[in-house]
Amino acid sequence: MIIYLEQQALTVRDGLTVAAALAHSGDERTRRSCSGAPRAPFCGMGICQECRMTIDGRRQLACQTLCREGMHVERSL
Amino acid sequence: MTEQRLDCDILIVGSGPAGLAAAQAASRSGASLVVIDDNPRPGGQIWRNGPDTRLAPAVRERFKVLDSPQLRYLSGTRIIDAAGPQALLLEDAEHAWIIDYRQLILCCGARELLLPFPGWTLPGVTGAGALQALLKNGLPLRGERVVVAGSGPLLLASAASARQAGARVTRVLEQAPGAALARFATGLWRWPSKIRQALTLATPAYRSNAHVLEALGEQRLEAVRIRQGNSTLELPCERLACGFGLVPNTLLASHLGCQLQDHAIVVDHQQRTTVPGVLAAGECTGVGGSELALIEGEIAGLVASGQASAAAALNLRRQHWQAFANQVRSTFALRPEVLQLARPDTLLCRCEDVAFSAIAEQPGWNAAKLQSRCGMGACQGRVCATAAQALFGWAPPRPRTPLVPARIATLLKH
Repeated sequence: MIIYLEQQALTVRDGLTVAAALAHSGDERTRRSCSGAPRAPFCGMGICQECRMTIDGRRQLACQTLCREGMHVERSL
Repeated sequence: MTEQRLDCDILIVGSGPAGLAAAQAASRSGASLVVIDDNPRPGGQIWRNGPDTRLAPAVRERFKVLDSPQLRYLSGTRIIDAAGPQALLLEDAEHAWIIDYRQLILCCGARELLLPFPGWTLPGVTGAGALQALLKNGLPLRGERVVVAGSGPLLLASAASARQAGARVTRVLEQAPGAALARFATGLWRWPSKIRQALTLATPAYRSNAHVLEALGEQRLEAVRIRQGNSTLELPCERLACGFGLVPNTLLASHLGCQLQDHAIVVDHQQRTTVPGVLAAGECTGVGGSELALIEGEIAGLVASGQASAAAALNLRRQHWQAFANQVRSTFALRPEVLQLARPDTLLCRCEDVAFSAIAEQPGWNAAKLQSRCGMGACQGRVCATAAQALFGWAPPRPRTPLVPARIATLLKH
């Protein structure tokens, strides 16, 4: 299936979370911290909120969101 | 899902081993059940299913209860608040609604104890269980060098998953001393399945009396500096998976007024909490592993559905696995060194980027929060307040609602 990461088409397998899809894209960053440092998924289980991203216009956790055809994913950079 | 309000006899929070066992046991009574889980797929952390995961047939069998006609399974769903004496406010990615229940079974599991060390915020550093969870959801690891570190049996499981995914696990660093591990091993004859498991997971990369000192890199992890016995060395790697054991998830229980002790939900021999109509089972009542969680879940499911007499027969098995849990706890107790890895400028609060020094000099959590904003970010202190509890012995903060970040539209339902 195809998802759009920062408006760039990315082909991903079925069943991947957005966190996994990011890693496949070669850039696993999800956001910049409030002092400007890059962050990536950390706890992997919906606790730490490091992987919060804008997914289809809503703030969601990349580690707990499965990729869907045509999904739009934006980093919080 | 378009309904405004849902209703069930028994609401089960969590679809890991305890939640699935509770659902299975309660389903024999004919009660109407709802199982909710914040993950997109069932199984909890240990039976997390994914694109590359092949679950054992016995586990897949456990999932079948979620298809039974009297049960409704809500995946990707979070609990935002209590919405009355026997009601909760929920949301998923699209909707929000209130659910009414007669009995509530909390099977909220555990999270990792994630402790600060220099460099722990670099991309490439994750928890140990976290790496396994990300892998099961499709994270590519082939060819990468991985260091697994921290404490507890989870390190071996995480390392094995990484190896299966094609990673080169160059070290597994267990902070516990070798003597404690040897004592643990000689007592394992009482739990033969655990000996088999340990043999399957064993790796020559395993080192006792060893821990991480620092994660190194500019924009991303490039290497780790470790202490192994009396020597310090640097290992180049693409990933560091570091977790210092497990912490029961008690936030919802605490919000509902259930009593906690030793950071876990207090339950009686029937898995009842101190709040009438609320039961709890599995790791949230004290970390004990999946075997114990399955038994506790079954007891809770039986008791909540009026089959308490059948639950008594499970007490001996529960004691057997509780004894194992006690052995694990004493073996992997944290040494003082791993509680002193942070430097003054190491961030403790990852959400608000608050340095260790700004927090450590405060008398307690509330003062630290007021002075520094620690714990006031998106994770609401789930990482830093838990770390502060381990590092300074500070009592955890009282839960605030919304219990997790929620949409305004959801809060308006309340």
